[in-house]
Amino acid sequence: MADWQSEQRARDERIAAGSKVAAGKMVAPKDTTALLEAVIRPGDRICLEGDNQKQADFLAACLAEADPKVLHDLHVVQSGIVLPEHIDLFEKGIAKKLDFSYSGPQSHAVPRVLKSGKVELGAIHTYIELFARYFVDLTPHVALTVARSADRAGNLYMGPNTEDSPAVVEATAFKSGIVVAQVNEIADKLPRVDIPGDRVDFVVVAPKPFYVEPLFTRDPASITEIQILAGMMAIKGIYAEYGIKRLNHGIGFNTAAIELILPTYAEKLGLKGKIATHWALNPHPTLIPAIESGWVKQIHSFGSEVGMDAYMRARSDIYFTGRDGSMGSSRTYCQLAGLYATDLFIGSTLQIDLNGNSSTVTADRIAGFGGAPNMGCDAHGRRHPSEPWLKAGRESVDGHPQVTRGRKLVVQLVESFSEKMVPVFVEKLDAIELAETFKLDLAPVMIYGDDVTHIVSEEGIANLLLCRTAEEREQAIRGIAGFTEVGRRRDRKMVEKLRERKVIRRPEDLGINPLDAHRSMLAARSIEDLMHWSGNLYDPPNKFRNW
Amino acid sequence: MMETLKFSHVAKRRLSGTKGQAIIGVVASGNLEVLLERVLPEAACEVEIATPLTGYSETWKAVVAEFVERSSPGGLRISINDGGARPDTVFLRLVQGSALMETE
Repeated sequence: MADWQSEQRARDERIAAGSKVAAGKMVAPKDTTALLEAVIRPGDRICLEGDNQKQADFLAACLAEADPKVLHDLHVVQSGIVLPEHIDLFEKGIAKKLDFSYSGPQSHAVPRVLKSGKVELGAIHTYIELFARYFVDLTPHVALTVARSADRAGNLYMGPNTEDSPAVVEATAFKSGIVVAQVNEIADKLPRVDIPGDRVDFVVVAPKPFYVEPLFTRDPASITEIQILAGMMAIKGIYAEYGIKRLNHGIGFNTAAIELILPTYAEKLGLKGKIATHWALNPHPTLIPAIESGWVKQIHSFGSEVGMDAYMRARSDIYFTGRDGSMGSSRTYCQLAGLYATDLFIGSTLQIDLNGNSSTVTADRIAGFGGAPNMGCDAHGRRHPSEPWLKAGRESVDGHPQVTRGRKLVVQLVESFSEKMVPVFVEKLDAIELAETFKLDLAPVMIYGDDVTHIVSEEGIANLLLCRTAEEREQAIRGIAGFTEVGRRRDRKMVEKLRERKVIRRPEDLGINPLDAHRSMLAARSIEDLMHWSGNLYDPPNKFRNW
Repeated sequence: MMETLKFSHVAKRRLSGTKGQAIIGVVASGNLEVLLERVLPEAACEVEIATPLTGYSETWKAVVAEFVERSSPGGLRISINDGGARPDTVFLRLVQGSALMETE
């Protein structure tokens, strides 16, 4: 007799084992390691959220305390390697294999454990790519999730930090897996239900509220005039030129500068209502002045940001909010929004080569990708037209082909030198060397050159759509690479020709007054200014309060 | 330990405008102060730099040459008090300075 329900029986056994240290679904903090040892099996695929922002930090600490003789060879499949405990799992031999997306704060630890041989690296994914694999060949056996509150039935309320959880929990729960949730408190009635209780097997009230990584707060005080100059070029030379209404911004200072000059510089150009109205964007505090000045129609967010809760609640015309009034985020849906429903992605990077390939990997730093490769690519499945998309498509071909298609604008916004005079423009990406060192089948390139349509530096805009040969492309990139080695090795004649064809455009070609590249152009010059713009609804994290 | 650099150029033409002097920027870490004076004959341009960082003379040379090529600051004597600024910042300041000199 064929056995078609072995997974469900295995699940029943795990639940029975876990129930010995639980009271119904409720587990005491002191019994949590024992619970995890009871419901997880060696070799399991496990997702320990591990998102971009919110962290199941108590469950991570409890799992890291497990006995490696009981729990070993786990295969970690989660988007974020963020906490030191995520690395500890490998150091202690509890986990062995890793498939992930993003490693921000642990970006220096990842290459270290790779070198030590304690991590077998599967792949570095984009978010929705990893979520997609949850439903095909990387389905978690156990998911350890995190919520603000739970009721006795195990229903979970996550508020603005819904993030990855619905995707993680659905994949796990519907394939006979076990779902354990860490919550800040038990409530009789939840503000809203983000995860239905019948998908949650065990709940533990953590001794401390869960940790949220503030990732998107950029202090306007640190924005430079170079960034303002490049921002003005992006607005005038790209946003206005193509009529970009639907867009996504990366999280760096360069794009924060754009957000802060919408109500000043772009207003002066008469662009209000014509650009930057609909966003797939995290709740960037630096967008507050543009929102308050009536620039923004709506924003859907991947995750939340520390200090933005009350502001978003009060601006439900702008943000997606639940019936309870609080914002609801979704990494899955927002990534899809960025992939299919925006006409422009603009973000920064650490290295760009002569083909326009870019990477944030350097010799001692593996930050992963997060969502950038997904935002920063042309979605070949897109079938709805829009003017910016069609214009970009037209620019990329000569003549009038029988079948035309559009192009998403993928813009890299950089300064030719990053901190400490490290050049951003390079002949060869460190990512390629890293792939050789660690024998990776695929070099971790963040955005492939053939997806990039424009590169903006303080020296100018290179429109790669208009390049017809590899040589033109190389010189277009060299022609805006400033005083880096790559920039200084340009063919000056060819660069001038490219400029005549508007493949390269400099600030003076765009009619930008260099004297406008001044900090007084920023609608807010400090975190305190942002707070004032928000009517004191924005509540900045302590580390950003310096007044 | 300051390094002093001096470059002399012949620009394509005299910088337009009549303003005799302008100052832009501040001496701060990663920033610089630029003093521009219209005191030289028609196309002559001299740039003198005081910088706390040594070993970047090739970069300074390239930045100044590019500025003279693009802005044609004929007639200007330019004094830079550098606080360790990146070349892109230096270039922007120079361009801002010459724009200021052209402003009435």
